[in-house]
Amino acid sequence: MKRLVIILMLLASPLWAVDPNEILDDPVLEDRARALSQELRCPVCRNESIDESNATLAQELRILLRERMVAGDTDQDALDFMVSRYGEFVLLRPDARGANLILWLAAPALLLMALGIGWSTIRARRPVDDGLSEAEKAELEKILGRDAS
Amino acid sequence: MLIELGHFALILAFGIAIIQMIVPMIGAHRGNAGWMAMAEPAATVQFILTAFSFAVLTWAFVTSDFSLQLVYLNSHTDKPMIYKITGVWGNHEGSMLLWMVILTLFGACAAWFGDGLPARLRARVLSVQASIAVAFFAFVLFTSNPFLRLEVPPLNGRDLNPLLQDPGLAFHPPFLYLGYVGLSMSFSFAIAALIEGRVDAAWGRWVRPWTLAAWMFLTVGIALGSWWAYYELGWGGFWFWDPVENASFMPWLIAAALLHSAIVVEKREALKSWTILLAIMAFGFSLLGAFIVRSGVLTSVHAFANDPERGMLILIILAVFLGGALTLFAFRAGAMESKGVFSTVSRESALILNNILLSVSCFVVFIGTIWPLVSELLFDRTLSVGPPFFDAAFTPFMVALAIALPLGSILAWKRGTLGRASKSLIGWLVLAIALAALAYAIQSGNSALGPIGVALGVWVVGGAVADLWMRSGRDSLTDRLRRMTRLPRADWGKATAHIGMGVTIFGIAAMLAWEQEDIRVAQIGDSWNVGQFEFSLNGVNQLEGPNYLTTMADISVYRGERLVGDLHPEKRFYPVANMPTTEAAIINGVVRDIYVVIGDPQQNGGWAVRIYLKPFANWIWGGAILMALGGCFSLSDRRLRVGAASAKKTAPKAVPAE
Repeated sequence: MKRLVIILMLLASPLWAVDPNEILDDPVLEDRARALSQELRCPVCRNESIDESNATLAQELRILLRERMVAGDTDQDALDFMVSRYGEFVLLRPDARGANLILWLAAPALLLMALGIGWSTIRARRPVDDGLSEAEKAELEKILGRDAS
Repeated sequence: MLIELGHFALILAFGIAIIQMIVPMIGAHRGNAGWMAMAEPAATVQFILTAFSFAVLTWAFVTSDFSLQLVYLNSHTDKPMIYKITGVWGNHEGSMLLWMVILTLFGACAAWFGDGLPARLRARVLSVQASIAVAFFAFVLFTSNPFLRLEVPPLNGRDLNPLLQDPGLAFHPPFLYLGYVGLSMSFSFAIAALIEGRVDAAWGRWVRPWTLAAWMFLTVGIALGSWWAYYELGWGGFWFWDPVENASFMPWLIAAALLHSAIVVEKREALKSWTILLAIMAFGFSLLGAFIVRSGVLTSVHAFANDPERGMLILIILAVFLGGALTLFAFRAGAMESKGVFSTVSRESALILNNILLSVSCFVVFIGTIWPLVSELLFDRTLSVGPPFFDAAFTPFMVALAIALPLGSILAWKRGTLGRASKSLIGWLVLAIALAALAYAIQSGNSALGPIGVALGVWVVGGAVADLWMRSGRDSLTDRLRRMTRLPRADWGKATAHIGMGVTIFGIAAMLAWEQEDIRVAQIGDSWNVGQFEFSLNGVNQLEGPNYLTTMADISVYRGERLVGDLHPEKRFYPVANMPTTEAAIINGVVRDIYVVIGDPQQNGGWAVRIYLKPFANWIWGGAILMALGGCFSLSDRRLRVGAASAKKTAPKAVPAE
């Protein structure tokens, strides 16, 4: 039974994210590799980065990524290399080029618009002057206490 | 026989919903009291029938009636009882039935607790609510019928997806649906108000408890889901910006905005048409969420029930309700005259800023979620939008919100002064910056994330405390404390929810910034250090669970000489579903979680072991609980208990068939 269990486990067992033997000896390089692998999507998985994914392909990509880094690629080189092999699909942070500008700029533009509309609404709602002089206002504040609301 | 009765009850409920949709609406139009009054018994009966049908389905799961196709596909006789029950909504059809139970429950609650409402408004609200029920009854009966029988019942079932065999499934979906569906009440109120052509302070007071209740449930549901992912998925992530998560987050953000703008309607009779629009959009995003989850147009880790045909139908429901509502809004919004005037610096303005930030941040999530679809359809570019985008694009809005929150929340209504507001906060500002500097000095590395999280957390929490303190007057300390306990519960609710927000912000930043990770191959008997803890792998055993096989490691954790605890991380294998899962072992702590995962046996002996120290992880969900608790306090406020329907009463009844 025990043996069967182990066989079953090995058969079905997911290779889990970042195996100990994948890790590079150079901690600085490894940190860079980890950060980069969170930016890359595993092409065969359901919406997971290669850093999280258990899939075999994800593991291969992690190893490939580290090979490129050891060979002296900059971060951008390594990403470009992955894109050239698997297409734009693998980038979890879409680049801000072409139509993607809409994606990146729509929210800031909307914010500016909303602030503009909000501001003009607020200006339009300003109360008419209540006809009190500064001295009268100060008097009123004193009567009402600090918490005038 | 029982099954058929359940099926029949569902069809009957459908018929009643159709009647309830039509008759009270006409009655309200003609002023016929009898026709209007018909809505209340109809709503009650509708709920009873749907609940009965749900109980029947649950019974089928409990007794493992494999003549029912749904039970055969999602259950197994060996499955523990709790998962037989929760398995009822661990699939598309059953979860839709749960959705219906909750939808009709909300309708019934509006009938039961709606005594304070004008008869006409109440009839219209119930009619609109019934129209939503009609759409979904039709959806369930015609495309997702849970009561389909198999001609030849199989001997045993195919079992539930092992990832779902978890206590998380018991609570996460019901709460989430209570939230999603609860927003239908705000929608119904908005539509009824548009038909009526009148929105006033009373309307604001009626709609707020429903929104608040829905938002609370959604908060708890999202937090539970996040916590579930944290301990179940095996590496301690808590939020993945997955389309399905975003689907629940978007209505949450809009509901949060709606909560705040409804206060302005209630207290100042301003922002009326905007509030109506938010109420429509909040439910619109709920429906969009249902579409995303159930259509499979967007690839998600939640492989739930992907069926293009069903997706199409939900899209039609979404288009009809949202399109109809927005058209009505376009015609009628002009009639909503705002009365309240306010100056540039005032609570009203601050709440407008809150609404802008929340709505735009919701838009960020929205565009990021659908962009892969748009890009592929329109620009022929297959691309992904993942966590790096959302982190970069969403976070600034939350930072801005957190900075503005304490200032805005203590400004006076109508006309405030920034000087006075900032005077009472200056101490907290100094403390926030000082603690951030301290955090920066202690931490290793130069990351700004941790210190910013500390500063924002302290600032927001401090702001909420200062707010309460200011309200307690100016007398001696004991007088102030005494007066504080007598403040309206809504004030306590506001402070608690805001404190929760600060706590969550701090927790997220702290955990992401200061997490420690250790991945290694350990031999049995090995000891090693991670942070200030020493771990030793005592052994690895093969064991058998009720419906799975497991490899369980035994790892002891020491701090110095003291034993912190024994951890038993597992790798499970579910033979029926032919699926492995990892079960992390976690020591939960206030200051940090110790999170241990066992991996594969290695070729040259030993086991892969991953250990994470996750500082302040529980603060993330603790903050969410505080937010929901704030909602509870606010719901129990006197003015809601006296004035309008108390939605709080729905809470204990809301988790059906347990």
